Amino acid sequence: MSPTAAEGARFQFASDQSLLVSFGSKITRGAHQQVLRLLRLLESEPVAGVRNLHPAYCSLLVKFDPLRLRHEDLQAILQQYLTRLEDVKLPEPRLVEIPVCYGGEYGPDLLDVCALHKLTPEQVIELHSAATYLVYFLGFVPGFAYLGELPDALITPRLPTPRRKVPAGSVAIAGNQTGVYPVATPGGWRLLGRTPLAMFRPEREGLSLLAIGDHVRFVPISPGQFAALERA
Amino acid sequence: MSEIHVQAPGLLTTVQDLGREGFGPLGVSPSGAADAISLRIGNRLVGNAEGAAALEMTLLGGTFVFPQGAVFALTGSDFGATLDEAPVQLWASCVARPSQLLRVGPTRSGARCYLCVHGGIAVPLFLGGAATHLLSGLGGHEGRGLRKGDVLQIGPTNTPFRKRTLSPHARERLSPRKVLRVTPGPQHEWFSDAARRAFLSSTYCVTEESNRMGLRLEGPAISSASAGDTSTNDGNTGEMITEGVALGAVQITAAGLPIILFVEQQTTGGYAKLANVISADFHSLGQLRPRDEIRFEQIAWDTARSLLIEQEELLSSLDLILES
Repeated sequence: MSPTAAEGARFQFASDQSLLVSFGSKITRGAHQQVLRLLRLLESEPVAGVRNLHPAYCSLLVKFDPLRLRHEDLQAILQQYLTRLEDVKLPEPRLVEIPVCYGGEYGPDLLDVCALHKLTPEQVIELHSAATYLVYFLGFVPGFAYLGELPDALITPRLPTPRRKVPAGSVAIAGNQTGVYPVATPGGWRLLGRTPLAMFRPEREGLSLLAIGDHVRFVPISPGQFAALERA
Repeated sequence: MSEIHVQAPGLLTTVQDLGREGFGPLGVSPSGAADAISLRIGNRLVGNAEGAAALEMTLLGGTFVFPQGAVFALTGSDFGATLDEAPVQLWASCVARPSQLLRVGPTRSGARCYLCVHGGIAVPLFLGGAATHLLSGLGGHEGRGLRKGDVLQIGPTNTPFRKRTLSPHARERLSPRKVLRVTPGPQHEWFSDAARRAFLSSTYCVTEESNRMGLRLEGPAISSASAGDTSTNDGNTGEMITEGVALGAVQITAAGLPIILFVEQQTTGGYAKLANVISADFHSLGQLRPRDEIRFEQIAWDTARSLLIEQEELLSSLDLILES
C-alpha cells in the first residue's frame, strides 16, 4: 500500500493556511483507510506548526500556521508520512448500537421515503436497521457522523428545501449516506426516526458517541422505550 | 473576584478568545473572535495575554456595571460607548470606578466591538478554550449569548493601571477592508474563465442571513456548469464529494451565490470552493455588516504570505501600543 499511498495522493493548496490531501475522487473503503491511517499518524506524531485536521470521505484537510510552515514544506513532510501508512496499526472497529424510534413525530419523512421507493414502513425500517454502517468521518457540526453505505433500495435524494431546524437526535438519510443530527441545526436530509441517545456531550470522555472508523447499527425501539431511555 | 453585571446584553454578545484549534476530527470548528486582531490589541491595551477571553458585541452593544471597578478597553468598531455619560475613547485603556455604568450603543462603523477587561473574563474552559460555540451551545458563558442579569467573573488582576493607546499609524494600517484579497479555492478549475472573471469583477452585498458560521452574499450568480462536467476537472468524477473546508473558503451554492465560511464554520462541506479569503483579511470579515458591499481581488500565494507576515510584524512592533 505504501508506494500507492505516496504516489496516489494528490495535494492542493486549499487556502494560505491549509493543504488538502486527497486519496482519489471516489468514496471507497480503501480511500477511507488511507485517510484514517494518515490522521492517526499525524495524531501520534504531530508535525510542528500543524493546527488542525479535517478528515472527510477520501481527503484530509491539514490546517497549519503559515508563519511557521509553507505549503511546500508541509507537503514534503506529509509525503514522508504517506510512505509509512502501511505501518499504522488500527484497532478493530468498535460496534456501536443506536436505538431509534422510527416514524411518527420522530420520523416525519418515513412515509415519503416509503412512497418514493414503493416500500412499506416495515420494509424501510428493516432495510435501514439491518445494515452495518461505517463512520467515514465526523464533520459539519460537532459529533455529526457520516455513515455509509445505505442499502441501494434506500438511496434517496435530499429534500428539495432544507428544514430550518432539525431536532437533535434525528436519524436521517441522504444519497447513499445516513447519519444522526447531534444538535438542532438546519438540514436537508430526510428524517426516518430519532434516537434518545446524546450524540455529543461535553462531559463525556471523547465527547462524541461515535468516532471515525466505528461500525454502527440502528436498533428499532418503540415510543415507550424511547421515553424510558430519554429519562435514563 | 471582580464581576461584570450585564444590565442589557445588546443584540448578540458572546465570550470569545482566539478559538480552540485541534478538534476538527470531532467536527468542532475553532470559533473565537470574528475580528481576532481587535481582540488581541484590546487585551494588550489592558495588560492581558493576547488571547484572553473578552466580550464580542455585534451591531448593538450592551450595558455593563463593574461593581468592584475594572480596567477595560473597547476595540473594533465604534459603538458610541459612554461611561456614566462621558464618551469612552476607543482603542485605549480606561478605568471604571466601582459601580460605574458602561453603555455601549449601536454601531457607527463595522459589525463588532470588543470589551476587554484587565484579568480577562473567567469562564469554565471547554476543550481548553473560552470561546462560545453558539451552534452547539458549548463554551463561553453557558454556551450562549449573554442575557440581562448575567454575572461574569473577571480573572485575577495584578498590574497597576497604565494608560495605553493604539498608535494611529497601526490603527490606519489595520483598518478593515471592503476589497477582500483571495487565493484560488480547491475547485477553482471547475469554474469557467468567464465565471471566475465575473466573480472578481462583481460587487457583492452581505445579506441579513450572515452570522459567525458564514457570510452569505448576494450579487451576480456564478455559474458552475463545469462542476458536473467530467472533462474539465482533472480526473474528478464531476460529483463534489464532501471534504474538509478552510476558514474563509468562498463556496458557491447551487444557486450560484457565494458563502464565505467563517469562525464558527462547518468543518466539512459539499459545495465547490472558488476562492479563499487570505488570512491577513480575516479580521475584515469580522467587521462586515449586512448590506455592506464588497469585492474580491485575487493575489498570488506568496503575496498572501507576505501580507500576513507584514501584519504580524506590525502587531509585534514595539511602537504598536503607546504608553503614557
